[in-house]
Amino acid sequence: MLINLVNSRASRLATRAPRFGRFIAESLIRNSCRTAVAVVLVLLTAGRASAQFDMLGSWAPLGSEDVQNDSVPVDYLGLALTDEARIRALSYDESQKSMVERQCAGWGASYMVLGPFGLRVTSQTDPVTNRVVSITIAAWEDWNEMVIWMDGRPRPSENALHTQAGFTVGRWEGGALAARTTHVKAGFIRKTGVPLTDRATIDWRFFRHGDIMTVLMVATDPVYLVEPEIVSKGFRLSRTPLDYRAGCVTGYEGREPGDSVPHYPPDQNPFVDEFVKLYHLPREAVLGYLETLYPEYRKKIKDTYVPPPPCTDSCGQAGNFVVRR
Amino acid sequence: MRARSPAVLALVLLTFSGSVAVWAQQRGGGPARPAREAAPIDLTGYWVSYVTENWRYRMVTPAKGEYRRIPVSPAALTFINNWDPAADDRAGNQCKSYGAGTIMSVPGRLHIAWQDADTLRIDTDAGTQTRLFHFSVRAAASAPSWQGESSATWERANGPDGGGSLRVVTSNVRAGYLRKNGVPYSERATVTENFDIAPLADDGRLLLVTTTVDDPVYLTGPYIVSPHFKKEPDGSKWDPTPCSSTW
Repeated sequence: MLINLVNSRASRLATRAPRFGRFIAESLIRNSCRTAVAVVLVLLTAGRASAQFDMLGSWAPLGSEDVQNDSVPVDYLGLALTDEARIRALSYDESQKSMVERQCAGWGASYMVLGPFGLRVTSQTDPVTNRVVSITIAAWEDWNEMVIWMDGRPRPSENALHTQAGFTVGRWEGGALAARTTHVKAGFIRKTGVPLTDRATIDWRFFRHGDIMTVLMVATDPVYLVEPEIVSKGFRLSRTPLDYRAGCVTGYEGREPGDSVPHYPPDQNPFVDEFVKLYHLPREAVLGYLETLYPEYRKKIKDTYVPPPPCTDSCGQAGNFVVRR
Repeated sequence: MRARSPAVLALVLLTFSGSVAVWAQQRGGGPARPAREAAPIDLTGYWVSYVTENWRYRMVTPAKGEYRRIPVSPAALTFINNWDPAADDRAGNQCKSYGAGTIMSVPGRLHIAWQDADTLRIDTDAGTQTRLFHFSVRAAASAPSWQGESSATWERANGPDGGGSLRVVTSNVRAGYLRKNGVPYSERATVTENFDIAPLADDGRLLLVTTTVDDPVYLTGPYIVSPHFKKEPDGSKWDPTPCSSTW
């Protein structure tokens, strides 16, 4: 409509030009008016929808923070679980992974920051407007790709299909990419069986400072988390592209439909004290009680904590480090 | 009618010049304002550590000799394996694990306030440390200190809705520990931090501090962590505790 107005105005202006140059003048005026309108539109909308930093490319994980907590079966450090969640987690037996319907449960959306892998980020644009429609973080082994819709599309109905990756919409805000994931399938927030329901939402913030991108995850679950699980993880821009890996694909691993679900009675999990004994940790911390996440707890255990004996084996260098250049 | 063509041109130029003015202002053009007035985000208030990461290395003292996830150099191993907290006590070095390289990872509370128009001050109740972030140019202090010398700049977001980040670079530090169990950083270390804010439910706010420690002596590469804090309504839970070599 705006372009039509420009066209009609250009025609009126051109009628006053000398006859021999009318065609050229009309074309010039029309084009310059179109350009002017385009410039104004671009200026008015710049920043409102455009990227506030470039996040495309490959980002290698830094690995200098322990956020995975999956080296032993029972390690719920850093979580604020409800009693229901704790009971379900303690009933988990890793053999459940042999069941087709449970194989991918450990690699939900949250595994983007809880897993050990990097991020391969691409964007998809509208071929006509050249505006970004979506940003995609590629799959990596069992983690399925995440598509962040940037075109303002509405969320699907609550009753729409819930998937491993969920449905994610994003927008640029305050210098960061802010996104929210809903419609996740019930699964785990820690791949060792700590549950997350399909009512969970995950808020993301992507901050870039130089070659470092920090991804902040705030996972909320009204059933299994007393307070949100907040994790931030650093990535560094990689000069070499990360490999492509397929997402989680289920396969037959010996269990038939109707077979029993491998599990432990929650009070008989044989691994409940493995981590406690290994590092002399308080049991309530290992089992994910809320109070253990705040500084007051440190003061509470000060007089009872006994450090483990000096480390003699595998004492360092786990993680993906950036070599000084 | 002929006057309309210049009018259209003028409109375009006006719009463009207005945008350029905003653009220039956002990038520090025009007269310099005091940092307090120019702040794109509000960091002031009380904040509490929410320890969901590196729990085993922050909430309790790890085993002597363990340095997992830190890219230490061979020179650091001697220090790590000979860590002696009693010796630190005797030397008056109880605050070695509360220096600029690690203080934001020590569980506790922060009180952030403006000391003056160009100096942001952070007090910690754990170890009762004070950090001063100077936005104006200052002569370097002569003697290294636990919190060193910090220069600060605002990094403005590239968008119409404001926002941004605080960037702080700290040097001239006393040698300290990255972890309570004696994983060292040297006096030549540089600490670069970015302070970002994110919203939480129920009008809550989260402070995220992406911290990079570079040390040519005891690290083979940058050590990068990102501790975070929840905003608290007031200082009623503020509980100053002195530095400790063992806890």
